[in-house]
Amino acid sequence: MARIDVKKTYKLYIGGQFPRSESGRSYVVNDAKGNLMANAAQASRKDARDAVTAARAAFGGWSSRTAYNRSQVVYRIAEVLEGRRDQFVAELRTSEGVTSARANAAVDAAIDRLVWYAGWADKITQVVSSANPVAGPYFNISTPEPTGVVAVVAPTGPLLGLVSVVAPIITTGNTCVVIASEAHPLTSITLGEVMATSDLPGGVVNVLTGSVAEIAPWLASHMDVNGIDLTGVTDPELATSLEVAAADNLKRVRRAPDGEVDWLQTPGTDRLTDWLETKTVWHPIGI
Amino acid sequence: MTTTSASTSGAGVFDDITASDSSLRRFLHGLPGVDQVGAEARAASLGTRSIKTTAKAFAIDLAIRMVDLTTLEGQDTHGKVRALASKAMHPDPADPTCPMTAAVCVYPDMVATAKQTLGSSGVKVAAVATAFPSGRAALDIKLADTRDAVEAGADEIDMVIDRGAFLSGRYLEVYEEIVAVKEACGDAHLKIIFETGELQTYDNVRRASWLGMLAGGHFIKTSTGKVQPAATPPVTMIMLEAVRDFREQTGQMVGVKPAGGIKTTKDAIKYLVMVNEVAGPDWLDPDWFRFGASTLLNDLLMQRTKMATGRYSGPDYFTLD
Repeated sequence: MARIDVKKTYKLYIGGQFPRSESGRSYVVNDAKGNLMANAAQASRKDARDAVTAARAAFGGWSSRTAYNRSQVVYRIAEVLEGRRDQFVAELRTSEGVTSARANAAVDAAIDRLVWYAGWADKITQVVSSANPVAGPYFNISTPEPTGVVAVVAPTGPLLGLVSVVAPIITTGNTCVVIASEAHPLTSITLGEVMATSDLPGGVVNVLTGSVAEIAPWLASHMDVNGIDLTGVTDPELATSLEVAAADNLKRVRRAPDGEVDWLQTPGTDRLTDWLETKTVWHPIGI
Repeated sequence: MTTTSASTSGAGVFDDITASDSSLRRFLHGLPGVDQVGAEARAASLGTRSIKTTAKAFAIDLAIRMVDLTTLEGQDTHGKVRALASKAMHPDPADPTCPMTAAVCVYPDMVATAKQTLGSSGVKVAAVATAFPSGRAALDIKLADTRDAVEAGADEIDMVIDRGAFLSGRYLEVYEEIVAVKEACGDAHLKIIFETGELQTYDNVRRASWLGMLAGGHFIKTSTGKVQPAATPPVTMIMLEAVRDFREQTGQMVGVKPAGGIKTTKDAIKYLVMVNEVAGPDWLDPDWFRFGASTLLNDLLMQRTKMATGRYSGPDYFTLD
């Protein structure tokens, strides 16, 4: 007897839940051959607002965890991703139309990238902190602190690109709201499922699918967002207007890259340090 | 229809009812029962209205004017009450067009501090009295508590009813206690807290509402905020129906104050829709409807800022209280 297909409903990932868009909208996502793959939720500005609220609520708990514990959690994402590698390989092949070898390479690299950043969680402080010599009876110490809630426009690479921008942000204790790749949103939501089942507290990563041009300006001007990563913005005019909007509350901005980024390259630490503030403490000697 | 305030104890036409415990019980138990499913469905359906743009701006400003900014913690200090009073006068210091709240609500020993800060600004001082929040004290202690707050300058007294007596059916005892407290209030307005979370049924909420109105309360209030559930839409709706019916029968208007658990602008607007639809537009005024809240104000201010600037605001830009 023929079996009826059980199709997956792709929704948003906000605050550890998978809600539909508040607006009730969805849009058609095609595979590489132009056939209907699925409908994705089309997030509205109110979904973005809810996601920021969730990210802000999660920030206190996540940022006050020990770096060692955050490292374990990011590593755990890699473990769970490893367990579901076949699903990701299949999704990448369908959505991007790449060969099995290339899809496997991308999944491998994504898992390795998570492990690489997990290792940095309790080491980045030693790299960017310092004991400063001062002319007075004080210990003067500078240490990094997470920036806060970071909005991210994710690059097109549906798995590796997304992991490469999100992992460094959460590793250092920030929380984020990600606008997934508009063309390939489905893998991002599947990645959300991985995060939901890997000890990552709800709200640390929130994934929205939909129109970048529609949602990003609301995140850029949002007064409760502390930074914005424009890596996935391809339209230079939009990038400029987002930077202008972001200036209102002095958000940290990571500008859109010039040209293609090769995500397979080992990254430097700049994506970690972009979302760190420096706290300097003066402590009297002898007390 | 006249809209005089409930200034006399009892409502004249109801003198027979309040003459004895049995006649009062007969009246309260003779009130029509509340259809629980229907009431909840009606309250939920009133929460689905979409209020946008200019109507929303109006609703936000009205809601701010209706807030009884409340701090009722064991850890309250004079400094905190002064800060809260300043916030009541200037909720958004960056925007002079932002209206003041209706009142600040504090414990009786903080009334003098609040009064001193508020001066003649027009923001009223409400004090919770009568052994708030449990109400478990002797009557003379409750009356002394009330007089103490009034002498310190409270404009409004929020009293709690004796829920134990009410639930055991000793309605006249509750009635007489309210009348005594009202007398102790003098010129101060009296709000009667039922603690609906402890009343068990919607029928009891309707009975308590009538009891409070018969005893001459200026306001009937849902909860202390110390018991869950606090204010809920169905309970507030039943109380709004009671004040509407009371005005139809007596011509006297009584206010309603939901308190506790109203945290967002969205919730507040749902309540305003309910006030308009159930009681009528006459109640859309700080003299007749109040919100007992503390965190609600910041959300209202954030929404107000969002409407003025076109971008989402954040909690960093408003005082914590």
